[in-house]
Amino acid sequence: MIEVAPSPSPARPPGVHRQGVQAETWQPWARRAGMALVAGLPVTFLAIFFVWPVATLILRGFAGTSGWDWSGFAEVLSKPRTWRLIGRTVGQAASATAICVAASVPIAALLYRRSFRGRGLLRALLTVPFALPSVVVGLAFRALLGAGGPLAFLGIEDGFWPVLMALVFFNVGLMARVVGLFWVGLDPRPEQAARVLGAGPWRALLTVTVPALAPALLAGGSLVFLFCATAFAPVLILGGATYATVETEIYLQTAQLLDLRAASVLSVIQMAVVALALWFSSAARRRREPVAKRSGAGSGLGGIGQERGNGGRPTALAPSPTFAVDWPSALVTALAVALIGAPLANLVYRSLLTGGGLSLDNYLALGDPGRAGLPYSLAQAAERSIVIALLAGAIALTLGMMVAVVLSRRPRAPWARRAQGLFDSVLMAPLGVSAVTVGFGFLITLNRAPLNLRTSFWLIPLAQALVALPLVVRTVLPALRSIDPRQRQAAAVLGGPPWRVFWDVEARTLRRPVAVAAAYAFAVSVGEFGATSFLARPDTTTLPVAIYKLLGRPGVDNFGVALAGAVLLAAITALVMALAESRWDRSPGLAKRTREGARA
Amino acid sequence: MSAVTRQDGAGQGGGDDARLDGPGRLPRGLAVEAVTVRYGTAAAVAQATLNVGPGEVVALLGPSGCGKSTLLRAISGLEPLAGGRILWDGQDLAAVPVHKRGFGLMFQDGQLFPHLAVGPNVAYGLRMAGIGRAERTAQAAEWLNLVGLSGYWDRDVATLSGGQAQRVALARALAPRPRLMLLDEPLSALDTSLRADLGAAVRSILAAADTPALWVTHDPDEAAAADRTLHLPASPAHLPR
Repeated sequence: MIEVAPSPSPARPPGVHRQGVQAETWQPWARRAGMALVAGLPVTFLAIFFVWPVATLILRGFAGTSGWDWSGFAEVLSKPRTWRLIGRTVGQAASATAICVAASVPIAALLYRRSFRGRGLLRALLTVPFALPSVVVGLAFRALLGAGGPLAFLGIEDGFWPVLMALVFFNVGLMARVVGLFWVGLDPRPEQAARVLGAGPWRALLTVTVPALAPALLAGGSLVFLFCATAFAPVLILGGATYATVETEIYLQTAQLLDLRAASVLSVIQMAVVALALWFSSAARRRREPVAKRSGAGSGLGGIGQERGNGGRPTALAPSPTFAVDWPSALVTALAVALIGAPLANLVYRSLLTGGGLSLDNYLALGDPGRAGLPYSLAQAAERSIVIALLAGAIALTLGMMVAVVLSRRPRAPWARRAQGLFDSVLMAPLGVSAVTVGFGFLITLNRAPLNLRTSFWLIPLAQALVALPLVVRTVLPALRSIDPRQRQAAAVLGGPPWRVFWDVEARTLRRPVAVAAAYAFAVSVGEFGATSFLARPDTTTLPVAIYKLLGRPGVDNFGVALAGAVLLAAITALVMALAESRWDRSPGLAKRTREGARA
Repeated sequence: MSAVTRQDGAGQGGGDDARLDGPGRLPRGLAVEAVTVRYGTAAAVAQATLNVGPGEVVALLGPSGCGKSTLLRAISGLEPLAGGRILWDGQDLAAVPVHKRGFGLMFQDGQLFPHLAVGPNVAYGLRMAGIGRAERTAQAAEWLNLVGLSGYWDRDVATLSGGQAQRVALARALAPRPRLMLLDEPLSALDTSLRADLGAAVRSILAAADTPALWVTHDPDEAAAADRTLHLPASPAHLPR
């Protein structure tokens, strides 16, 4: 006889019932306590090392001897120089962004919509700059365009043009990747529909595909704008003596003119510019959401650690006659490759160049103590950098994973969802607030009780972890979100206890993104310059800061040693990135991609 | 090896003979001759042969995964051929790119452009044909009227129901007056009740426009409305190269 009415639970064997509940979720109290811990630790970290310093910084700009005081603002804003700086910062960032956005469509068309030999290599080359330390890039362009460089005849040693080139160098590959990954997830059929309706390849691209790519173009573009507007080392190294942006001006006011008030006001202005770009980016992301749901495409920074399948549609990769934007895209890609390859090749070449021809003298000089006014050699600075970056990377990875776990949950209660949204935007804020602001904030807050870290070794790892944190979250979170909750449920229903479900479902999917995130966190930390340049003391000087100091000293051989140091720094970064990418990319990677394709 | 094996005179018995072309005469309309389409080494369509005469609506019936859609895409020029020929009025279309073939293709799920409203979607093909704004607005409005959606010009396509979206897709495909309509399971995404209604509507609109059509479906009821039905057997799987 079949029971139709719902039976009260005591009728069932109690053991079976309990087991069922346990298998599906954690005990409620344990889950809540776990979540509180996992959410609380990053929040505390951010409150102490981000909100407090930045809030203090803002207050410093407003506070007078008694109460609120706007005179600091009035004074700074009444200077024509301030407006010139703002204009230059925005203009420079906008120009670089426009170039990157325009170039990203043809490059993505070639590298993500076509299949050909050497495509993987080209993709990898275009993503190299993103992980490269900014000091290396500044130096590479200086060696290319400056006195003695092969392109010195162009006469653009410093000022607008070299900075613009460096900014495009940094971001064009990132932009193409964001657009490309979005494009791969895009349904190719609307474009095909346009072709059948009589649109030529170019018109179909412009009237149907580009509008469909708009969310990725907007989100990626505002991200690139953000990076460009807060660029520090490229402007400092390539701008020359008189060329400054808001970011370098903050540094100048603090480190050389000792006008902390003006620096605070400029930091607030910088934050306003950044907030505007972030707001634009999130507005673009919101608009994209329905599309993303349908196609499963990632965009924004989320695309970084991920390659996606193309939804199992063979047409997307087959050389299809619907798509004929070949030569222009090949040309634009070639230009981008030249822009990225030439400075790097030249950097390596010039680092080997000494008075008597090619030699390793510059590299041997890395072991000389006493260069750059340091009590130790550049090689020792490199060691120090690696230790600091390992600590910073570990902190960023631990906290970033916690944040990603919290953000990947889909709470039912409205208050929990609101809290999650707030958590999300606060966590992403360090991405927007420039590194110089972070360093400056540390300098003026963490120098007295209750937390005096001024002479502590930990100051730099903490600052670098803060800078790397958003990147970790943005790399891990999309992977975590891509796990279908039904997979978890299926594993649970099949009898897996919670830890086993986590191991079999989550951990398996997350291995690669976590490895990539760890590598990025390390790479960002080891090359971090903006915050570290504020905080480094003689005994905690990292390699990037040491290279910059060396650059400020006269002498051809000092320049040569700085170049060798830059190559060393780039090699450390590249090695770690290559390890992370290749370790997980053998045959299981292929299987994973196929699986992803099948799921989408 | 012929992939298209059987022909029933489902619509009009005996009509087939009139459309068969004698030797020496140029065949009118569409002729597909031993067409093969490959994805990698797998053949999605193997040696398919069929023709569609003037004013004729031909149904192509077969189980899912047998390559019907791929064949339609090949005819429209969206898939490269690994073998065989596609001709229109006796002329090989190999060198004619997709946008110059003058065919209309209606996708299973409409594929309306999400960034355009209903009206501009319908007018898109006319715009590509270089027809001026006033003229194309008038024509597109007329087509919208014909599919029973007058007054929907400014509607966001995301707000349409499945049936409405397919009507708009039909209007959009027909507006540039294609010389052949290719319909790829145009009703399969719809509810059963809606399917019968819209199927009849599509049939009568095609007749009114006097447009020949190749109608791909897996539903024998749907195929019954056609003049002629062709059967495509299950996938030929891997053919030797």
